[in-house]
Amino acid sequence: MVDTTYILLQHYWWFIISLLGALLVFLLFVQGGQTLIYTLGKTEMERTMLINALGRKWEFTFTTLVTFGGAFFASFPLFYSTSFGGAYWVWMAILFCFVIQAVSYEYRSKPNNFLGPKTFEIFLFINGLLGTVLLGTAVATFFTGSEFSVAKINLTNLSNPVISSWETPWHGLEAALNLHNLSLGLAVFFLARVLAILYFMNSIDHDEIFARAKKQLIYNAIPFLVFFLTFVIWLLIRDGFALNPETNEIFMQEHKYLLNLIQMPIVLVLFLAGVVLVIWGIAKSILKTYTKGIWFAGIGTVLTVLSLFLIAGYNNTAYYPSTFNLQHSLTIFNSSSSKFTLTVMSVVSILVPFVVAYIWYAWKSINNKKIDEEEMKNETHVY
Amino acid sequence: MEHFDLSLVNWSRAQFALTAMYHWIFVPLTLGLAFIMAFMETLYYKTGDEEWKRITKFWMTLFGINFAIGVATGIILEFEFGTNWSNYSWFVGDIFGAPLAIEGIMAFFMESTFIAVMFFGWNKVSKKFHLISTWLVALGANLSALWILVANAWMQYPAGMNFNPDTARNEMQNFWEVLFSPVAVNKFLHTITSGYVLAALFVIGISAWYLLKGRNILLAKRSIIVASVFGLITSIFLALTGDGSAYQVAQKQPMKLAAMEGLYEGTEGAPLVVVGALTPGKEFNDEKDPFIFRIQIPKLLSFLGYRSGDAFVPGVKDIIEGGYTYTDKNGKQKVALSAEQKIQRGKIAIQALADYRNAKDAGDTAAMEYNRKLLDENFEYFGYGYLNDPKSIIPNVPLTFYSFHIMVALGFLFIAFFALMLYLIYFKGYNINKWLLRLGIIMVPLAYIASQAGWIVAEVGRQPWVIQDILPTVAAVSRIDASAVQVTFFLFFAIFTTLLIAELKIMFTQIKKGPKDGGK
Repeated sequence: MVDTTYILLQHYWWFIISLLGALLVFLLFVQGGQTLIYTLGKTEMERTMLINALGRKWEFTFTTLVTFGGAFFASFPLFYSTSFGGAYWVWMAILFCFVIQAVSYEYRSKPNNFLGPKTFEIFLFINGLLGTVLLGTAVATFFTGSEFSVAKINLTNLSNPVISSWETPWHGLEAALNLHNLSLGLAVFFLARVLAILYFMNSIDHDEIFARAKKQLIYNAIPFLVFFLTFVIWLLIRDGFALNPETNEIFMQEHKYLLNLIQMPIVLVLFLAGVVLVIWGIAKSILKTYTKGIWFAGIGTVLTVLSLFLIAGYNNTAYYPSTFNLQHSLTIFNSSSSKFTLTVMSVVSILVPFVVAYIWYAWKSINNKKIDEEEMKNETHVY
Repeated sequence: MEHFDLSLVNWSRAQFALTAMYHWIFVPLTLGLAFIMAFMETLYYKTGDEEWKRITKFWMTLFGINFAIGVATGIILEFEFGTNWSNYSWFVGDIFGAPLAIEGIMAFFMESTFIAVMFFGWNKVSKKFHLISTWLVALGANLSALWILVANAWMQYPAGMNFNPDTARNEMQNFWEVLFSPVAVNKFLHTITSGYVLAALFVIGISAWYLLKGRNILLAKRSIIVASVFGLITSIFLALTGDGSAYQVAQKQPMKLAAMEGLYEGTEGAPLVVVGALTPGKEFNDEKDPFIFRIQIPKLLSFLGYRSGDAFVPGVKDIIEGGYTYTDKNGKQKVALSAEQKIQRGKIAIQALADYRNAKDAGDTAAMEYNRKLLDENFEYFGYGYLNDPKSIIPNVPLTFYSFHIMVALGFLFIAFFALMLYLIYFKGYNINKWLLRLGIIMVPLAYIASQAGWIVAEVGRQPWVIQDILPTVAAVSRIDASAVQVTFFLFFAIFTTLLIAELKIMFTQIKKGPKDGGK
């Protein structure tokens, strides 16, 4: 008998994962901004303002990444064990990028900081460049697949009890060589920079920085649009990994992701609204003296990424396809936690609106006044 | 065991141990210092005395430096469950993942949101909202410890779950049993309290240095009094929860207790070793005396472990050979199986799982039912099925023994130190002897040693189990090349060590500088 509550919970948790992923991509503006410190800041004071504007938000990105990982572990543990244990190098590279970022804000400007401020600024740049590209590349494998196998019966094989195995010695590095994956990686990188520019325009009170940011917005928006459109067009015309719900068989279906958009009109609306909002936020900021572009582009980013995640997992689609053996692909049905665990976590997720509310309140309280030179001179805690 | 790539398993263990131990250098201070800061800011809020604000801001600076690196090492731990222990991730993800997810949703966001207000909100939000933010940072840090410690406790004592042969994993049956298992409650209380004690000693140590140097006198005196009161209360509680932890270990992990006490041959009315030196190269079944020398208190181990001075405490040899009587978790008296018998029953459980799944594929319901029953009957020894050598269930006895005794000895020293400090302040004012101030400085590294020793006892003492009796490390590991783990081990080692040096240099400089806006 079909357990509709369980199916609903699996969909609910895929939605939560997708939302966390979408918020994470939005919050990558911190990473994007880190690659622009020397482009937008020409004096030490300007760079201090830029770093402090980002530094007050880095923990949100970090926490969202940790929560994204924890929620994936809890709700879809088979993905966690397969992807993390298999694509070892790509995840390790991502971790390194984030580890060096975490200390950089706090240590950079402190006296006797051993490695020197420049080293920490290089750390921030590495995190901003590789962190975004690698995360984008890793997410793209949700559509392009990876070479892994999953066999739960292996647990009973005393000589090799490992159930998930990567069937290529490259352990994730191969994902970065796939052009389709790379196009999303680069799109995320340039999107992060675009969002950072819009964020700087919104939160720093400095005419020169604003003027440079406006100029840089054009230079970054163009490659973002090129890579994003490359990825999306490629996605909509390619074959996708579909699930036959009757037989649980995975098969290749023509234009699967395009069909998903058409068959889920709400997701299509979300996607289109998201893209329009991003373009609107960018265009208005380029064409006018406008500081609120981050809100349009930010909400647009969340909606667009959310809808991309939804077409990867919903509508009988394998969200983590195995190119080694199609039947080993992961769907939200065969990789989720038990109904009980999903129920428990769903109860806890009721807290999410409260969490969002206090984040909003605290963010507003801290950002109610733009960062300026005066504040940097008088503030006791400066990055 | 000969089937497994032991170098992969050992490098993966080394990498996880490295990350966990580095992480645990930084976390305890944030757990306790957050509360100390909150107390101090409350005093500022109540009195309006600007000096309390300066003191609070000074400790906040040190908190921030320490917090950043704690976060950096913490993220690696979370992802290493997947990268290095993928089989484990699937086998228990249904249970272990939930606390991690809840930690993220409930605790991390609270901490990271309000930490921004705490650092940057002094002139932007009201005094009351700022104070609330500081308290919420402390609460968030401790809540995050709660969930990860619940998860860790579950690995030491799996409760509230059932093995599902259809999905080939353990599934949660009762969330409250996972959250409120006696091991989880004790582990949480003991671990966070150790952080409070460490933070109190840290504050006293730095304040003592200021008093010796004749600088920041008011800051030092006020900090010492707050930290001494906090430290005395929490160190007494630490001893009580330590007793609770030892009791839980005796009940649930007798091999760990035997290793903690260097107890090879079990006995009734077992004494507690106060001080001792183990005989090098001692095997569980040779005739060597386990100790070169020892000082012990009669019957105390029996009392601490079983609440009866005459109770039988099994030693390493007894646990390997079985045959002694014990009380199981349902309160029934049972005769302990030997390790060899447990290995055999584990192999039966694993074979039953294979046969169950094959029968299911063939649609043979009778065989499914039979094998399901066989699996259920033997599942409590499932993990033993991956082992071949009974000796492999013995953890590193010397490391566990010495770590345990160092931790306990230092714990009692800390209580005496806090009590002495308060006694002298009460009767002699702040004219504290120089020797006591110097002792206060020495207490800081000792606190870190005790803290690390505690984790060694908890984690080395439970080897070879990732999940006690259910999953050994050899069956939990990811299928990657040992060389890959080796490379990342050295990369982590290099980066963590570099960051630790950077942290210490910045910390020492900030301490030398004192509060940014001066003080009395």
